[in-house]
Order: sequence, then structure tokens, then C-alpha cells
Amino acid sequence: MPKTVLKEVKNTPKAQQTAAALTGNSAVAMALKQADPDVVSAYPITPQTTIVEELAAYAARDHLKGKFVNVESEHSAMSSAIGAAAAGARSVTATSSQGLALMWEMLYIAAGLRLPIIMPMANRALSAPINIHGDHSDAMGARDTGWIQLFSEDAQEAYDNTLMSFRVAEHKDVKLPCIVNLDGFIISHAIARLDIMSDDDAGAFIGESSPTYGMLTDDHVETVGAFDGLGGFYFEFKRQQDEALQKAKEVLLDVSNEFAALTGRSYGLFEEYMLEDAETAIVVMSSAGGTTRVAVDKLRAEGKKVGMLKLRMFRPFPADEIAAAIGHCKAVAILDRSHGLAGTGGPMGDEVKAAMYHLDDRPECLNYVYGLGGRDVTVENIESVYSDLDSLDSATNSNTGFRYLNIRD
Amino acid sequence: MTPTNKPHWDITGISKWDYTDPPRGALIPTGGNAGVYQTGTWRAERPIWDEEKCTDCMICWNYCPDASILVTDEKMKGIDFFHCKGCGICAVECPFDALKMVPEHSSEGEAKNA
Repeated sequence: MPKTVLKEVKNTPKAQQTAAALTGNSAVAMALKQADPDVVSAYPITPQTTIVEELAAYAARDHLKGKFVNVESEHSAMSSAIGAAAAGARSVTATSSQGLALMWEMLYIAAGLRLPIIMPMANRALSAPINIHGDHSDAMGARDTGWIQLFSEDAQEAYDNTLMSFRVAEHKDVKLPCIVNLDGFIISHAIARLDIMSDDDAGAFIGESSPTYGMLTDDHVETVGAFDGLGGFYFEFKRQQDEALQKAKEVLLDVSNEFAALTGRSYGLFEEYMLEDAETAIVVMSSAGGTTRVAVDKLRAEGKKVGMLKLRMFRPFPADEIAAAIGHCKAVAILDRSHGLAGTGGPMGDEVKAAMYHLDDRPECLNYVYGLGGRDVTVENIESVYSDLDSLDSATNSNTGFRYLNIRD
Repeated sequence: MTPTNKPHWDITGISKWDYTDPPRGALIPTGGNAGVYQTGTWRAERPIWDEEKCTDCMICWNYCPDASILVTDEKMKGIDFFHCKGCGICAVECPFDALKMVPEHSSEGEAKNA
């Protein structure tokens, strides 16, 4: 089992860094440009649009050497990224919500062909009713497509995750596409202070891409996407894919370690905040992690033993590592920014609970669905969750139950 | 073992391959290998060529979707039954009734075309 969280890094940062005030989308566009992609295929969709707008501006000013391809839909954006990646190009795109939904069949093909395409996603609710604001419905719908998925708490993490995603996706033992999630508007459009690396240092960190198959040339031809029927190896290919996906955990930790030495910013598969002696804990992802941290600080000041596990890597799902980190708690609340619409709450709730099933002494679990369609989640909301956990009666709690946070009822 | 891409399309012993052996991403790492794939077993009907009626007009050669009309020095020489899928397009297009389709298991024409 890989380590979940990295030790404090004492090294002096080696990369040349500049403080900047950027939106999350600008930060992500900067990271994509610094990765020197060969092909950007892009289609606009709120709240991702400014990522590809800025890439187009970089291309127009010749700051981005790669080919910028305007396409007629997200299905085509992903298709051309797949074609380019199969031919050996480092390919990137970006999307949100309905755009991801339109890419659907191609997501599986990108993963099945083992093409390390990088796709930042400004998370947004899915229609209907139409809503452009932030929740994780889009990302959760793609959770079993075979893509690596990272989640970011703020613009800095979105920038850092985007840089690191290239190293993980393109690693020779992984070779899988990666979605870098950032909350729509909350992160994508809010201006934040962050540290950015120089183009040279970022470029040196990411390095040259090594094509999955080899560059397609007149002398080197190959068949990609051939039929593989009943007598074939379809089943075996899926096992290869899953092993590669699991490998991404270890690779992410190695890459994060290297990144920490370079920048002083340290990341694991998830962040364990005040978890060690916590009696109750919240499991959460993305921007709500910041809100939860504030609530934890406030309650800790009152002497309450509360903690947070903020998940960074959602795919592959670090089930064993999560169980090891929160298994000692009396009660845990899992906060889902999407509705599973399965009658059992959110998908993260299901997965975190399943991760702890094998433990002899499991924490009581509550699953909350929150923040749909951009509904705000406040420090007070989070405090109410810790209060619910405190008063939880283990005799009456049903593990199949779920609750809503900040809903009109 | 880690799945690796083999530099050449070597499928020796494919029946004994485990899950790590097929090239990552279901790649076929060479081109031009359709030639070694026998599609002739797909036929339900086979074309019979009547050399007497044939004028070497090359219409069947032009229409055949599988390059299964064998031609040497602009002369029709027969049919490549290793690849011919029996689609019947040649028999429909032939202006001289020099090609006709018969059931695959009919004995007609076997000697001439085998």
C-alpha cells in the first residue's frame, strides 16, 4: 500500500516561482501552455471556456507552438485528441458538464487505447434543469470510464495538479488519460493568489512526452482500435487497464514528491487534516475542503477532536489508504457534491463506506449530498455536520441512509 | 510482468498468451497484415468465373472490395478464395455474365477456381 501523505519537505524550493493573481482557469491554461502540447483541440463550454480561450490567445501570440484545432463539438474535441495522441502527439482539451457528456463514448476509447490525454474540467451541474454552476455531477458520471481523476481545492492546486497530471498520465507503467477537476466558478472564475513556475522550470519538470505507441510516420505504421472479438483479448485488456490505473497511485506519489522538492508544495493521494486523534471526521473533495478546514480549526479551538480527509485522487480510488486513515474514528461523514440518484446517496458515500467494510471496528457513517447546482456550503453547514456526528446514535444510524445539507426542507 | 509493446507483430504462441502479452491498448504494431487474415471462410456463396465469356474488361477487378480478382498483365486469372468473402458484387457488375454466384458447398466450378 503506497503512503498516503508525504512528509513535510524541508528542501529549499529549487524552481523559480512568481506570485500571481489568476483565476483557476487562467492558472490551468498557464500549466497547459507550459506543458508544450503538440495538439489542443477545444470547444467552448461554461465554465471551462476561458481555459481554451486563453490557450487560443497563447497560440495566436505564438506562445504555444502546438496545433490549435477548432472543432464543432466536444465529441469531436475528444476524437481529435485521441487521433493526435495515437499518432504520438501530446494532446490536451478541456470541458465541463454537458460537454463531458457529449464526449461519453470517446472517454472509454481514450482510456482503452491507453492514450495519456490531459483534460482539465471546470465541474458543473448536469441538465435538467439547466444550471451552469459548480457541482461534481459531471466528474462522477465519468468515474468508471478508466480515466485518472484528480480534484483541486483552489487555483494553486488546479495549477499544480495540471502540471503533475502529465507526468502521471504519460508514465510508462500508466499511459492513461487524466481529468483534472476544479469547481466551476468557485475555482474556475475566482481570482486567487498562487505561485507559478517559470516556463523553463515547469517544462523541465514535465519533460518531453514519450508517445504511447511511437510516432506515426510513413515508415512506421500501426493499427489502432482494431476489432477484438469473442476469441480475442478484450477481457485481458481490461485487466491491463485496471492494473495500470492502480499503478497511478504510486506514480502520483513519486511525482508529488519530486514536485514538493521543487516547489515546497506537498501533496498526497489525499490530505489528512487533524485526523490522527480525530473522533469524528469529514471526507470531502475540492473547494469545500477549504470550508471544512476552517470549521475544523474553529471546533478544535473549542477542544473538539474533529478532522478532515480531503481527497485529491478520486480515480483510482485509494480505498485501503482511506480506510487506514479514518478507520479509527467513531463517526465519519462523507460529503458528496453530486447525487447518485441511486436511492443510496452520493457515489463517494458508497465508495468510502465500502472501503471500510472489512474493518472489524467500523466508524458510523453519514452520507450528505450538498452543493448541487452551485448551492453554497458554509462553515456553519459544516459545523452542523460535525454536530450531527457527535449526536449520532449508533443504534439508530442506518448505513444506507443519506442526508441533505443546506436544502430547503 | 508489465504489459509491453512488442516492436513487431509476432503472434507465435498466441493461444498461450496471458493477459500481459497483448500489446498495450490493443495495438497492432505493424501495417499491412490484412493479407494474412483469411476472410474466405466467411463465404456463403462463391463466384464462378467463365473464362470463355470473360473479355478482361476489368470491371469486376475495379468493383471488388477485397482485391480478390487475380490479374496478371491486364488479364483476368481467377479469384483469390483465401480472401473473397462472397459478396457477389462482381457477379452483379459483370456485363458479360462471365461471373455467377453458387452456394459455397456446391461442387460447381471447384475444379476451375480451386
